Amino acid sequence: MGEDGVKIGTPKETFEGENRVAMTPESAQMLQKLGHDCVIEAGAGAKAGFADADYKAAGVEVVKTAAALWKAADTVAKVRVPDTAEMKRLREGQTLISFFSPVADEDKMKQAADKGATVIAMEMIPRISRAQKMDALSSMANIAGYRAVIEAGNNFGRFFTGQITAAGKVPPAKVLVVGAGVAGLAAIGTSTSLGAITYAFDVRPEVAEQVESMGAEFVYLDFEEEQQDGAATGGYASVSSPEFREAQLAKFRELAPEVDIVITTALIPNREAPELWTEDMVKAMKPGSVIVDLAAEKGGNCKLTVKDEKIVTDNGVTIIGYTDFPSRMATQASTLYATNIRHLMTDLTPEKDGVVNHNMEDDVIRGATIAHGKEVTFPPPPPKVAAIAAQKKKEPPKELTAEEKAAKEIAEFKQQTKNQVTLLAVGGALLLAVGLVAPASFMQHFIVFVLAVFVGFQVIWGVAHSLHTPLMAITNAISSIIILGALMQIGSGSFLVIILAALSVFMCGINIFGGFLVTRRMLAMFQKS
Amino acid sequence: MEFGFTTAAYVVAAILFILALGGLSGQESAKRAVWYGIVGMALAVFATLIGPGAGLWILSIILIGAGGVIGYQLATRVQMTQMPELVAAMHSLVGLAAVFVGYNAHIQLGYVADALADPSFDKSQFGTFAALIAKKTAVEINILRVELFLGVFIGAVTFTGSVIAYGKLAGRVNTAAEKLPGGHMLNAAAAIISVISLIWYFNTGGFFPLFLMTLLALFIGYHLIMGIGGADMPVVVSMLNSYSGWAAAAIGFSLGNDLLIVVGALVGSSGAILSYIMCKAMNRSFISVILGGFGGPAGEQMAVEGEQIAIEADGVAQALNEADSVIIIPGYGMAVAQAQGAVSELVKKLRAKGKNVRFAIHPVAGRLPGHMNVLLAEAKVPYDIVMEMDEINDDFPDTDVAIVIGSNDIVNPAAQDDPNSPIAGMPVLECWKAKQVFVSKRGQGTGYSGIENPLFFKENTRMFYGDAKASLDKLLPMID
Repeated sequence: MGEDGVKIGTPKETFEGENRVAMTPESAQMLQKLGHDCVIEAGAGAKAGFADADYKAAGVEVVKTAAALWKAADTVAKVRVPDTAEMKRLREGQTLISFFSPVADEDKMKQAADKGATVIAMEMIPRISRAQKMDALSSMANIAGYRAVIEAGNNFGRFFTGQITAAGKVPPAKVLVVGAGVAGLAAIGTSTSLGAITYAFDVRPEVAEQVESMGAEFVYLDFEEEQQDGAATGGYASVSSPEFREAQLAKFRELAPEVDIVITTALIPNREAPELWTEDMVKAMKPGSVIVDLAAEKGGNCKLTVKDEKIVTDNGVTIIGYTDFPSRMATQASTLYATNIRHLMTDLTPEKDGVVNHNMEDDVIRGATIAHGKEVTFPPPPPKVAAIAAQKKKEPPKELTAEEKAAKEIAEFKQQTKNQVTLLAVGGALLLAVGLVAPASFMQHFIVFVLAVFVGFQVIWGVAHSLHTPLMAITNAISSIIILGALMQIGSGSFLVIILAALSVFMCGINIFGGFLVTRRMLAMFQKS
Repeated sequence: MEFGFTTAAYVVAAILFILALGGLSGQESAKRAVWYGIVGMALAVFATLIGPGAGLWILSIILIGAGGVIGYQLATRVQMTQMPELVAAMHSLVGLAAVFVGYNAHIQLGYVADALADPSFDKSQFGTFAALIAKKTAVEINILRVELFLGVFIGAVTFTGSVIAYGKLAGRVNTAAEKLPGGHMLNAAAAIISVISLIWYFNTGGFFPLFLMTLLALFIGYHLIMGIGGADMPVVVSMLNSYSGWAAAAIGFSLGNDLLIVVGALVGSSGAILSYIMCKAMNRSFISVILGGFGGPAGEQMAVEGEQIAIEADGVAQALNEADSVIIIPGYGMAVAQAQGAVSELVKKLRAKGKNVRFAIHPVAGRLPGHMNVLLAEAKVPYDIVMEMDEINDDFPDTDVAIVIGSNDIVNPAAQDDPNSPIAGMPVLECWKAKQVFVSKRGQGTGYSGIENPLFFKENTRMFYGDAKASLDKLLPMID
């Protein structure tokens, strides 16, 4: 690989319980194709099921300590926000790619900017179709949604599917998924495929179709309000009005005694998670029910949720507040995350020559970069490309009222009349003027000429567009009518006249036959289906 | 009695010709219309042959027959993609014939004048035409000279113009717009000298001014068409078509033959209207087209952002297999690659799967008005799925896949977005509004007109590089 290629390094995650790793042997091979050298800290992939030997086999240099890795790498790719020790190791000119919340970790962001390091926050990748391949939030949410159902099943004492067995009838489990984002949809898919009756709710009514396509039932509210289109906020949910919230909570209260498993995924970017599953709802649930709160990290959609813990309430409801679902599926999560990183690097090295070109004009790169060139570059300017194009509201074509239409028609008619009359007047005057000076024998032919031109204009406008080529061919054929002139001359006059006339007759003969035959050939080809 | 028969035959022939042109308003009636034209022509020739004044009719019939054999060979052998060349070449024949007939009229004019000056001459020996001249007054003779002069002039311009147009279309002459130093001034000078020659000829009736004018007209025809770029050929060909008609009409005047006048006027106006339609389709004034090529851009053209993203046949095939509605936009590239058969095959396969497949034809697609329609018809594409621009342009937003095959300017969004583009304001097919666009194109170049096409850089556009026929042949087995 190129000697001046950028070295990409991945340290072992220091956060306790974090099993993921930002580079897999597979992604390393792809990165090397882009011209980058790869380096990894010893044991970084162990918890995700990737041994150091695998990395070595993929051409990755394995260094012993974190310190050595941070020193060696020009670009550091990791999963979690760097801790204090890692922040110290971050140096000028180094690029850091990781999850990095510009709001929660504002101090670290400033620190990184002061140092002159570049930070690309995976959370900040804009949600546009081009950037989907690098959208780590989505790929992690997908895992979280799946895992949430698995965890719930693990703590739920019954089957998901309804069964009628020799040993008795088993009712199917009822699952409610709140928030139909990526995680919610993944949860819906997993839950329905396990056989549970699944309900789903989202504040964005436009996702109802997606929910139904996954096999769940969308819970509609009896509520009339112009709801904000999720597309306007980059595909994320926004804060809803108090009235809307009330209607929503009332619906949930109604559902609470029925459902066995509740999976809440409601998150609003850069805000506390909204409270959707209140204490009284938990109390109303049957014993043995399970709540999985995927928003636990941001305070939880249920107030009883304890972050990173599983609790059992007095009435026997299990509430799971784990925040490390992706990490619990470290192999899968690492593979996806490493691929996201690899795609990001592909965009950063457009020439595939190992040279990072940090193009701040690029919507995706600009949006995700929160520190660059000694400056904090958050928040990014609004992207040039609209986040989701499909929902664009069209300006309806102006409907003309009957009167306006009539007025327009009259105006057009008047204009047409005016044009025609003018043309006729000018033409007539010209004709008269010619008639005044020209002799009668000329006028006789001239009238024929003018009439023929007129007939030609009238007739030709009606010719179909698709027949323009046959029209040219046939007019070409009949323009050989000039043969008549030659025929009239061939019999009289000198030798020279005969020669010229004979040549003309000959050429016109070619033209007549050629023209008509070609026209016929073309027309014969036109056929209806 | 004989003269009466000729006149009657001419009237019938004229009506048949009008019906022939009018019948082209629909595909079905057009098939009948050609027969009207053929019968009309046969009748006209027959009436003239047996009519007064015609002699040497055996020679005439032999010559017509010989010409017919050649014409038959040409018509049956020509590839449909070469139609523009053939039409241009045939125009040149009409132009040349007009020049010859005009010269004959001039020679006879002199002959009659000599004969009349000689009192001993027996007037009964005149042919019809000569007899006609003999009866004319001085004013009429002068008018006749003007008519004849015009006929020769237009015929000569048509002749060299058509030859050059043929050369450009057949690729034997450089298709770029080329002008001799002096440009339009040369044409203008030639035209002015021609007018002077007219006055000179008008007064003296001598041979030299006529000859001088013929040379100048030949030059004008050559230089005019050399100065027009290949992309404007549809206009040029229909314009030359128009000229050949006017030349026939002018000759008809000088010979006092009404049928010539009628048919010449029909052809002339038909060509003029076609040219007008073509120009309108390109949003250009007729004058600027015949004076040569595009006007310079008004300012900085918009820079094109993004990159052209290539795609392979399997990607296109997958998209086509998933699509419900497909619109194909053919252009000259399809004709060049002879890909119409492969296109037709593709359409057949897609339609068999119940997909809605249609063609969008821009009025100036190809090198001849209606060129694409003819090619598609040759490949047995049913004409009721071949749509005109105005019929289909609103349907693109609801279309899954648009395939552009060898067309460029007619799908250039710059015509709408960039006021400084040389084609600004030209109506274009809005294929970029389809969900996905595939462009089959030979390479990354800018094509015939040399204008950058932002379509190729759009996010929903994928470039399917390669010769159109080869690309489609690769694609066909992947459609299931």
